[in-house]
Amino acid sequence: MFVLSGYEYFLGFLLICSLLPIVALVLSWLIRPKARSPERRTTYESGIEPIGGAWIQFNIRYYMFALVFVIFDVETVFLYPWAVAFSQLGLLAFIEALVFITILVIGLVYAWRKGALEWS
Amino acid sequence: MDSGIDLQGSFIQALMDLGLPADLAKVIWIPLPMLLIIATATFLALVSTWLERKISAAAQQRVGPEYMGPLGMLVPVADVIKLLIKEDVMPAKTDPWLYTLGPILVFTPVFLSYLIVPFGQHLIITDLGIGIFLWISLSSVVPIGLLMAGYSSNNKYSLLGGLRAAAQSISYEIPLALSVLAIVMMSNSLSTIDIVQQQSGYGILGWNIWRQPVGFVIFWIAALAECERLPFDLPEAEEELVAGYQTEYGAIRFMLFYAGSYVNLILSSLMVAVLYLGGWEFPIPVGVIADWLGISETTPWLQIVTATLGITMTLLKAYFLLFLTILLRWTVPRVRIDQLLDLGWKFLLPVSLVNLLLTAGLKLALPFAFGG
Repeated sequence: MFVLSGYEYFLGFLLICSLLPIVALVLSWLIRPKARSPERRTTYESGIEPIGGAWIQFNIRYYMFALVFVIFDVETVFLYPWAVAFSQLGLLAFIEALVFITILVIGLVYAWRKGALEWS
Repeated sequence: MDSGIDLQGSFIQALMDLGLPADLAKVIWIPLPMLLIIATATFLALVSTWLERKISAAAQQRVGPEYMGPLGMLVPVADVIKLLIKEDVMPAKTDPWLYTLGPILVFTPVFLSYLIVPFGQHLIITDLGIGIFLWISLSSVVPIGLLMAGYSSNNKYSLLGGLRAAAQSISYEIPLALSVLAIVMMSNSLSTIDIVQQQSGYGILGWNIWRQPVGFVIFWIAALAECERLPFDLPEAEEELVAGYQTEYGAIRFMLFYAGSYVNLILSSLMVAVLYLGGWEFPIPVGVIADWLGISETTPWLQIVTATLGITMTLLKAYFLLFLTILLRWTVPRVRIDQLLDLGWKFLLPVSLVNLLLTAGLKLALPFAFGG
């Protein structure tokens, strides 16, 4: 039935865990009182009238972090099979991973020097 | 320890004895451990909210909750009831679908991660081959939910909080994954069961914390940051951002965030216990105690005692870490966002890479000690 055996548990648990918040939302919807006055539905801005919305053009400061993150996250994913099979691979795999990580560290140093890792 | 108690086998056998076909018995079995684990996870989270109140009170020389039940133990229950029956106030300017989907995306992956948490040798829903990697990948779904909640609220505090949460999560995910990688390398497996078994046999001396002290510290710092606990609770820093991405949330949707964060906290503590503190293993190996008492290790009643104490050991270790986390909350001040990112990218990331390479090198040099 499934290509990967053992994952029927994962699918079942995914189903249960996704239903759980929906059940909670529906249950609460059934038993709670409904909101009436429209004033309650204004956006909170420390008690004053909100000035403008938040859906505006915005300088996302961590844009460069997100780029560096993608590189290192993919690196980590590549390293997982290497780590699992490491005891069978031996010295050569160690040197290969060393080269791989060194290249990425050079990239990190470059990003660091260029100021990509600064918040301000 | 290898021939533990086979709950699944005996349950299915019992149903088959009642005349049910084997396939049907198996299908009936599947949801049972899952529901049990969900109930356990919820219960553990409720206990941790109570502990948080009590320990915080003790740290500040207060009494804390006192009147609701013995020692105020019913306060978490009252919390749940209150949030369930609370009037739902959704601001008019929000995007209703994303606003609801945000907390669900935070809540579901956290519970789903319990799929691979072992409470004992056989007390795990399923021993998946990808094991710990499932947790790593599920934990990267959470920032999407936070970002969604922050953006859909159409509130400036929420937007800033959501952005900070996403920046923080992605920055600490890599050191976290890399320190897990060093453990995986020593165990030659991603399965959480194998990771614990690799630490067994020598009692407290065999635990990974001695072979991976740097990894342990990195993992714990990163886990605190992923859980948004002080000193890394910037996304909801109340002095600056009211409540961050949760500002516009109330009632049941807030409860999903709240439950998610505490379940995640106890999940991270359990993961530290499994990866570094030997999971369900005792500080003194069971074999040694059994020999000393002159009992065979495979005696049925001894196995039952061992399994029960195994759950207790796992939870004790997890709650000890939770205790340290709560104490830490009242001990250290909050870091600034640039300090937070500097710590993640300029310190933890290089150190965890060095730790990984060092582990690989030591594994080549000393294969016996590092799981060759």
